[in-house]
Amino acid sequence: MARAISTRRKIAISAIAWLVAFLIFFPILWTFLTSFKTEGTAIQIPPKFVFFEWTLENYVTVQERSNYFRHFSNSVITAVGSTIIGLLIAIPAAWAMAFSPTKRTKDVLMWMLSTKMLPAVGVLVPIYLIFRDLRLLDTHIGLIAVLTMINLPIIVWMLYTYFKEIPVDILEAARMDGAGLRQEIVHVLTPMAIPGIASTLLLNIILAWNEAFWTLNLTTTRAAPLTAFIASYSSPEGLFWAKLSAASTLAIAPILIMGWFSQKQLVRGLTFGAVK
Amino acid sequence: MGSITLDHVTKSFGAVTIIPDISLDIRDGEFVVFVGPSGCGKSTLLRLIAGLEDVSGGKIMIDGADVTNAHPAQRKLSMVFQSYALYPHMSVRGNIAFPLKMEGASKEKIDEAVGNAAAILNLTDYLDRKPRQLSGGQRQRVAIGRAIVRQPKAFLFDEPLSNLDAALRVAMRLEISELHKKLGTTMIYVTHDQVEAMTMADKIVVLNAGRIEQYGTPLELYSKPANRFVAGFIGSPKMNFIEGAEAARFGAHAIGVRPEHFTVSQEAGSWKGVVGVAEHLGSDTFLYVKSESGDQLTVRTSGEIPVRSGETVHLTPMDGRVYRFDAQGHAIAG
Ligand SMILES: Nc1ncnc2c1ncn2[C@@H]1O[C@H](COP(=O)(O)OP(=O)(O)OP(=O)(O)O)[C@@H](O)[C@H]1O
Ligand SMILES: [Mg+2]
Repeated sequence: MARAISTRRKIAISAIAWLVAFLIFFPILWTFLTSFKTEGTAIQIPPKFVFFEWTLENYVTVQERSNYFRHFSNSVITAVGSTIIGLLIAIPAAWAMAFSPTKRTKDVLMWMLSTKMLPAVGVLVPIYLIFRDLRLLDTHIGLIAVLTMINLPIIVWMLYTYFKEIPVDILEAARMDGAGLRQEIVHVLTPMAIPGIASTLLLNIILAWNEAFWTLNLTTTRAAPLTAFIASYSSPEGLFWAKLSAASTLAIAPILIMGWFSQKQLVRGLTFGAVK
Repeated sequence: MGSITLDHVTKSFGAVTIIPDISLDIRDGEFVVFVGPSGCGKSTLLRLIAGLEDVSGGKIMIDGADVTNAHPAQRKLSMVFQSYALYPHMSVRGNIAFPLKMEGASKEKIDEAVGNAAAILNLTDYLDRKPRQLSGGQRQRVAIGRAIVRQPKAFLFDEPLSNLDAALRVAMRLEISELHKKLGTTMIYVTHDQVEAMTMADKIVVLNAGRIEQYGTPLELYSKPANRFVAGFIGSPKMNFIEGAEAARFGAHAIGVRPEHFTVSQEAGSWKGVVGVAEHLGSDTFLYVKSESGDQLTVRTSGEIPVRSGETVHLTPMDGRVYRFDAQGHAIAG
């Protein structure tokens, strides 16, 4: 009897979980489906779910009207570029704070986090003016710089929490076992830090890829990433839902695929502290 | 070779002085135990010797060479941590081989040494496992294996057995003692368990608040405690202390009698008291007696004596087994 109840409970819980997951996933699914409809079907009420005439015409138009691959490569350059530079700065910073903390370490961390509390639009005008004067508007370098800076506090924090989890005892054991600083880093610290660094890297790429405020405001054509590509279809002069959906699908596909393949690493990284 | 000398070593963390001034000579091959209550600075002292902590003053010498400012890796000491501190990403084999790898030993030499260590410590079947797949006792043995492969000048142990259950603790205690006999290498062993200290040590250092209260063999500490602290700390159950008029009769501020140094009689004796609790273990009998003068006395007799709770007993300290202390707690000779 107890068994039956618990099985029924399990089924109920699974059903709820699937429902919630479906609700969360639904907008993406709907975008995907809409991208294969004609503009007419797209705005039909009641909407059609899957039984409509599937067409690729939106993708063709989108490809004709704008250069997807240029936007795509801009996204790759800025997301990867800002992630690499960010990690180059954040790893030593987090390392220093985790392994040789001072009285001020907590303050520095809080200060870095506090910069994320300011709404971005609050510094839009000064940053825009600086970018204009330095001729950084619509350049890869400018975009990489700004993306690096906005994500830096988050990845420093993330890495700091990972490094904090590495027991100092183990590093001391390595020292006792005759490891010098270089050997300690190569044989003991790095292998233990890699999972944390990997998930930080993935998260930062996702954040940079999806960042819309600065990418839209600081670029126009040459350096415009996929966010600008999507935005160009949500024009005020008439809504092209189907084309907008096609553009969105094209823009989020790469990051979704990357997320899918690295999900094990991501989940492991993001729950590292909670499980231990 | 592994003699270790501390010369007026001091240690402060910021404004707090943990070790005011310690000088100590440890001879090659000795098994020295640091004991003391929690927070007295045992681990700190060990970490100073290891080089994991910098001294605030004084000198540390190993085999006569000044290593005060040497990196831990250069001191050629091995340490076993309370938390074991195994490398989680390496197999048991990798863990044990690590110190040799750091020395740049050849592959054959490493394999042979790891094989030997594993055989001594019963780890042969586990060499390819990761530390997380081992029990506490097995992890402990891996930590010891990692310490012995390198043939260090001395072993440092920081409460290595405190995470094990009682039975395993006794077994590992014997294993470590046997290892010391076999290797003949200097060992420094930190514990707050005075039974471990008494059974394993050649010499015991009793620490209190960062000071050495006494340094000597276990039996010296037991039979000639230098002060009240050592007298109370060494021996189990604790020594009984009696102050006031009774002590004054012995010409002391306080006197101490160990529980095992009373003769118990139902007819006559020096002190009369009422038994509160009587514990009959068969091999021993423990009596908790409230004396007429109000002192709570613990008595231990070997074998069974037919005394029950609530009965009156007479206690007499054995000849020459009364320890006398002055008002500062120092032992009074004679
Ligand atoms: N890094 C540190 N910074 C500040 N104080 C410290 C530090 N390490 C230890 N202490 C202090 O030094 C004192 C001695 O610590 P230590 O760890 O040596 O004690 P212990 O004798 O090993 O105790 P236990 O038996 O509990 O392990 C403690 O009061 C502790 O709070
Ligand atoms: Mg300690």
